[in-house]
Amino acid sequence: MAKVLVVTSGKGGVGKTTSTAALGAALAQAGQKVVVVDFDVGLRNLDLIMGAERRVVYDLINVVQGDAKLSQALIRDKRLETLHLLPASQTRDKDALTSEGVARVMDELREKFDWVICDSPAGIERGAQLAMYHADTAVVVTNPEISSVRDSDRIIGLLDSKTERAEKGERVDKHLLLTRYDPARAKRGEMLKTEDILEILSIPLLGIVPESQDVLRASNLGSPVTLADPTSAPARAYTDAVRRLMGEKLAMSIPGDKKGLFGKLFGRRVA
Amino acid sequence: MNLFNFLNRRTSAPVARERLQILLAHERVSGNHSQLVAVLQEEILAVIAKHMQIDRDKVVVKLDRGDDVSTLEIDIEMPPQTQSQARPELSL
Repeated sequence: MAKVLVVTSGKGGVGKTTSTAALGAALAQAGQKVVVVDFDVGLRNLDLIMGAERRVVYDLINVVQGDAKLSQALIRDKRLETLHLLPASQTRDKDALTSEGVARVMDELREKFDWVICDSPAGIERGAQLAMYHADTAVVVTNPEISSVRDSDRIIGLLDSKTERAEKGERVDKHLLLTRYDPARAKRGEMLKTEDILEILSIPLLGIVPESQDVLRASNLGSPVTLADPTSAPARAYTDAVRRLMGEKLAMSIPGDKKGLFGKLFGRRVA
Repeated sequence: MNLFNFLNRRTSAPVARERLQILLAHERVSGNHSQLVAVLQEEILAVIAKHMQIDRDKVVVKLDRGDDVSTLEIDIEMPPQTQSQARPELSL
């Protein structure tokens, strides 16, 4: 049974696209059939992060409007056979997405893949609501910073009211993915702690991705961080998050760049 | 004051946490219902305006959602007696 997962946040720049690529690649590495779908029409970037920007011919809007078949628009990853990308349009605006058209494409994707991962645009408007509408599961990407936490709270409210599941009286499974976390600064009281954010947002924690230079390096190279450097701290955080998404029970820790000692020092402090 | 600031400079996270808790407690209650309240206010105003002249600012609609009890409070300040006597008869 296919799962539709939306990666959302409200606030921009917190790591939705990075997380979509990293989670998608990690799921594909675990043998799952995955498609990552860019819903950020007009400001697409998932193609760049995935390193497929020169292979885009057709996009989501072409498929929604019936100008191209889904199979023509899907781009298969060159590194992982089971990973696919459905890019957004760069030239159109999001009004070109109709809810019926999106529903039809999502149905078709559900048949072909194990995981359909929707990369939401920032904001709470139409584009973000279309991206979340069909979701079974949501990953709420949050930075340890007040504006991001506030916007996440807003998005959680929308997940509980403006999704297909909510309309049917069901629930979207919501998970918190904390990104750009600096355990040392949190320990010194300079940054919101994991437990503070969990208490405020009260949704279960999927993972903590530490602030790391490896993320920028991976995006420079056009490779999801879980592929660019699988042993790096952020890659291990995303890989653990994916194992949790697939139902494994793992103790929560913040992977560190200095393996072992760092993890031992901060591993215990996590909720 | 400077010394106080210096000592507290590093632990800004508790301030952030407290500000967020207060803000979100407020937003979760009022934020979700602000649209409902605005719609109610407009429709109530429209109904009353059919029958008497009232000042738009003198109609207050408040919605309080509690765990056990929720209240909808509608406060309409009537125009002074002289004005209401001067108004034409209701025609229904």
